Amino acid sequence: MNNITDSLRMAHPEVILSAVTILLTAIGAFAGRKASLVVSALAVISLIGVAVIAAIGVPVGIAFGGSFISDAAASYAKVGIYLMSAVAVILGYGWLGRLSARQFEYPLLILLAATGMGIMVSAGDLISLYIGIELQSLALYVLAAFRRDDPKASEAGLKYFVLGALSSGLLLYGASLIYGFAGSTHFDVIAAAVKAGTGTGVLFGLVFLICGLAFKVSAAPFHMWTPDVYEGAPTPVVAFFTAAPKLAAMVLILRVLYTGFPDNIEQWRQIILLIAIVSVGVGAFAGLVQSNIKRLLAYSSIANMGYVLIGLSAGNHEGAQAVLIFMSLYMIDATGFFAALTALSRGGKPMETIADMAGLSRTNPAMAITITLLAFSAMGIPPLPGFWGKFYVFKAAIDAGQWPIAVAGLVGSVVAAFYYLRLVKVMWLDDSPGAVDKGPLDARIVAFASALFAFPLVMIGLTWIEHYSGYAADAFGLL
Amino acid sequence: MIQALAFYVMAAVTVLAALAVVGARNPVHSVLFLITAFFSAAGLFVLLGAEFLAMLLVVVYVGAVAVLFLFVVMMLDIDFAKLKAGFAQYLPIGGLVGGILATEMILVALAVGREGAAAKNALPDANAGGASNIEAIGQVLYTDYSYFFEAAGLILLVAMIGAIVLTLRHKPHVKRQDIGAQVARTPKKGMEVVQIKPGSGVEL
Repeated sequence: MNNITDSLRMAHPEVILSAVTILLTAIGAFAGRKASLVVSALAVISLIGVAVIAAIGVPVGIAFGGSFISDAAASYAKVGIYLMSAVAVILGYGWLGRLSARQFEYPLLILLAATGMGIMVSAGDLISLYIGIELQSLALYVLAAFRRDDPKASEAGLKYFVLGALSSGLLLYGASLIYGFAGSTHFDVIAAAVKAGTGTGVLFGLVFLICGLAFKVSAAPFHMWTPDVYEGAPTPVVAFFTAAPKLAAMVLILRVLYTGFPDNIEQWRQIILLIAIVSVGVGAFAGLVQSNIKRLLAYSSIANMGYVLIGLSAGNHEGAQAVLIFMSLYMIDATGFFAALTALSRGGKPMETIADMAGLSRTNPAMAITITLLAFSAMGIPPLPGFWGKFYVFKAAIDAGQWPIAVAGLVGSVVAAFYYLRLVKVMWLDDSPGAVDKGPLDARIVAFASALFAFPLVMIGLTWIEHYSGYAADAFGLL
Repeated sequence: MIQALAFYVMAAVTVLAALAVVGARNPVHSVLFLITAFFSAAGLFVLLGAEFLAMLLVVVYVGAVAVLFLFVVMMLDIDFAKLKAGFAQYLPIGGLVGGILATEMILVALAVGREGAAAKNALPDANAGGASNIEAIGQVLYTDYSYFFEAAGLILLVAMIGAIVLTLRHKPHVKRQDIGAQVARTPKKGMEVVQIKPGSGVEL
């Protein structure tokens, strides 16, 4: 075992984040609400700081006796996670200010969730997998119910908590079966043990583990919580839910399947493909009947997780890279969507249904163009980011010989195109019921930045993302 | 022989008590059965030679968690009959899920019986190397497992912050003792000499 100093060097982002969190907790506890601005600003600065450290300053290796992996994949994911968390802190600060309920705990919970996600993407064994997931999820449950006086938010938090606890139970059951039959919690030892021969027990464990993880990425048939939580939770919080935690959970799935069970690809591919197809189907068809925009976006995110899993089922370097590219592009797109939604209100009432958006092109053309761009991107119109994400994912699946699944995924995405088009039609062709509010600056900036990325920055960004995700996919280093 | 007997008795009590937790009509009885289940599970740990885990189970789960449950059950006025009203309605799907889980457990148990668990290794000795299992845990908890230990501490921090965020309410009309203000009080601040004109009251 290497010594603790080396280990701590590899875990620098997490160590710094935890230290900052504890410091800011103390500041907040003594200064109260007055400290909200200071705490939020320091949280954003430290999140950007650790993103930089994760990108350039972390040695590659295995720390803490194999339970913490620092490699290109972890660094890639951490940069995305920390930057998205910083955006969430900014959006949340503005939102809480408008509610005049500025609480310093909000950035603290985002910081703790970000730490948990860092632990998740660096997990090298089943214990750090579980601890990372719990740290992240517990913070997210509280965030979902952050507006405790709003019955809908409380309902969302409670539902999320109960179903999340159930999924953690499934996950732990699976983890204990794998530990019992493979004889270790470390992914590399598990891989060696199952190579020698896979028993029924390990496979059962793997099925439960995948079910638990599918809960966390809200893939069908474990998606029941998603529409309710997205509808009830505050919009800036949902913008956070839909981005960073899903990237973390996807990288964790890659880690478990590609590092822990590379020789069982035939077995887990069936499960992943089933989940992927059901997710695409549920996301596309159930989305058609939604009138609430947040519920619609929840189903859209379920469908998107289906596409990612189709790419993941390839089980090779290309598949891993496709997952990372898709998730990176999707995160920016989805955050922009929810930021735009945060910015939209009419007479002080946030727009909730698709009908509320009628005639937006005349009352607020800039926001209408933004949402249209993001919707076209989600539909997969070239050359917007959504197209490139789907391109890599389906290409990986077809190259791995999974073309029937890729076709099914494409059909699903054509069906899903209907509801994005309906949104665009309502915005551009329907009559407006009245003027809309100007919208807060922070949410507008995030939405415009996301739209700017969708077109035309994506062409430059994509070469970078492709380059670095290639390195990151190498880190899984198998097959 | 006596060990096998003890194992079967305690295992049977654990399973029956667990069933009774779910089946009992009175929620207080459920909690009491839960305590029984914890106690007999602790006994199973003692049989394995893991007396530290056995004590933890009793101290933490029986001493703290179960008593907390008991308080919650007795203090909250929950109509459990109403909660159970939808039982028949949810029985088919619940039964399906339960059936799947039960089948899987039986299959796993069969697999264990056939090949043995832990990659066909013998059961690890809880007191290997002459150290008692408290010493053994102590040796690794803050060294090899320090990472998990610290991360688990962060989870508790989340729980604490979460509980405060979701439940703490500063009520405006509650008067609290402010010791600093009390100590800083001087006769000058506390007293005021008022000249009263004859025939009029005091204006405060």
